[in-house]
Amino acid sequence: MQKKISKQYQILVCLLIILGLSVGLFFFKGYIDYRVVALVLLLVVSILAVSFDIIPVLVSAILSALILNLFFIEPVLHYKINNAESALLFVIYLVVALVNAVLTNRLRQQEAKVRDKEEKEKTIGLYNTLFSSLSHELKTPIATIIGAVDTLKDSGGLMTRDQRVDLYSEMEIASNRLNNQVENLLNMSRLESGILRIKTDWVDINDLIFSVIRKVPGVENHVILFLADERAPLFKLDTGLIETVLYCLIHNGARYTPEGSEVQISARYGDEFLEIVISDNGEGIPEEEKDRVFEKFYRRTNAGNGGTGLGLSIAKGLIEAHKGELTLNKSEAGGAEFRIKIPAEMSYLKNLKNE
Amino acid sequence: MNKPSILIIDDEVQIRKLLEINLINHGYTPHHASTGKEGIALVASLNPDVVLLDLGLPDMSGHDVLRQLRDWYKKAVIVLSVQNSEEDIVKALDNGANDYLAKPFRVGELMARLRSAIRNNEVGETTQLVYVEDLEIDLVARIVKTNGEILKLTATEYSLLVLLVKNEGRVLTHQYLLKEVWGVSYQSETQYLRVFVAQLRKKIEKDPNHPKHIITVSGVGYRFG
Repeated sequence: MQKKISKQYQILVCLLIILGLSVGLFFFKGYIDYRVVALVLLLVVSILAVSFDIIPVLVSAILSALILNLFFIEPVLHYKINNAESALLFVIYLVVALVNAVLTNRLRQQEAKVRDKEEKEKTIGLYNTLFSSLSHELKTPIATIIGAVDTLKDSGGLMTRDQRVDLYSEMEIASNRLNNQVENLLNMSRLESGILRIKTDWVDINDLIFSVIRKVPGVENHVILFLADERAPLFKLDTGLIETVLYCLIHNGARYTPEGSEVQISARYGDEFLEIVISDNGEGIPEEEKDRVFEKFYRRTNAGNGGTGLGLSIAKGLIEAHKGELTLNKSEAGGAEFRIKIPAEMSYLKNLKNE
Repeated sequence: MNKPSILIIDDEVQIRKLLEINLINHGYTPHHASTGKEGIALVASLNPDVVLLDLGLPDMSGHDVLRQLRDWYKKAVIVLSVQNSEEDIVKALDNGANDYLAKPFRVGELMARLRSAIRNNEVGETTQLVYVEDLEIDLVARIVKTNGEILKLTATEYSLLVLLVKNEGRVLTHQYLLKEVWGVSYQSETQYLRVFVAQLRKKIEKDPNHPKHIITVSGVGYRFG
């Protein structure tokens, strides 16, 4: 109903409805009283008031009053009205139609205002979540780094070597975390500002997956299974984008499952599409949270520290920018199973033996 | 032998400090410049072994510094930058950078790249034999061996390997490799490159899925070593 249809078009539609209805009613003129005609017209003007802007409705109200006067109230085809009763009816008709139009319009404006306010409150709510999550996720590692540096400067000489090494690794972890968060935020703003451009090129999917696996921290404590299909064709993809998504999903698989768990990666392809499945044998994600994990800033209550709740929503956004889909299901082992499906041109040149 | 001299062109004091401390500790002689102009002047007067160049300089773009340097400076330039999109990297490499390291970088990684850049400065056209771990390449006899065994490479595989080896430590972009090995008209045919890199890896790498010699720099190109 809030669709912006041009005013001229709205007026045209209103006029056609009123005229059409009037012509219809005119055929039954012998059977129905002009008072009934007035009520029917009034009803239609009221209905129009619900869905159209104020000007088209006022035009309908005035036009229908004129039609009522000229064609239905005696003398027909003359603006004069013979008796007081009809005159009164005509005046009441006009007033009711106009008041109706104005009131309905005011009601609608009120509604829009309430909606705007609700929208604004929702945005403010989202921003509050954003700021509290952000300030926590950014300031915690900064606090760690500053604190560790202070400690080392003040009493580094008095500490044992092990204590110093501990502080250094805390600083390292904190810096990596900070770097991750900033990377996520930059990705998110690139995605939301719409400046993201898809740049595709031929990719050896095995090479890509192996190189991502090597980059993910913490994989050494997990069993990462990827059986490369030597005969897989080359795919035309945006390398950077797919890499970011794979990194996020494999990293999540390693981060949110206990040490020693399995993260399995497999690639399948069919006509013009590529599917990559990343599954683990961890606890899995409950059915009711399946959609929410893709929401911005949503974090599971047992997610622990170190995430912004942005990774999956970025991954989904990137895959959708690539015209594909990212879905979550339960894996055979009862864990989480993320499925990336993207349309991609492929080339079997790889299997040709040439000089 | 003299200590290799390294020129840092970066306007961030903290980064310069960090680099200087590490360079000294690793036996290099650091110099620094904080603007592009000053940097170019110092390269001319010092003729350093390696230039570490930041792209975001206050007076001019690092890409312009690179282009100007490349008219006469032949030694290694490693770009250190926070701009880490594939486009930026490809642009810097096309403008003549030997290597590219995104900030934040790990010091160990930088030192490894520095070593290979300096080694690459020393590889002259007269080199006949190249040894890289288990790999042995005789550029005159055109023979490649792993663990003493001669490998059967096709002509294209051999040209690709030699080009990579001669630029050890340097990232070669897809376009550059295609132009040099296949010819100008093949510059956008990255599929050829993918196929031949995969074939070459099967022959020269112990584990082609975890290559040690031909490293993928995703979205950009390949680096040997």
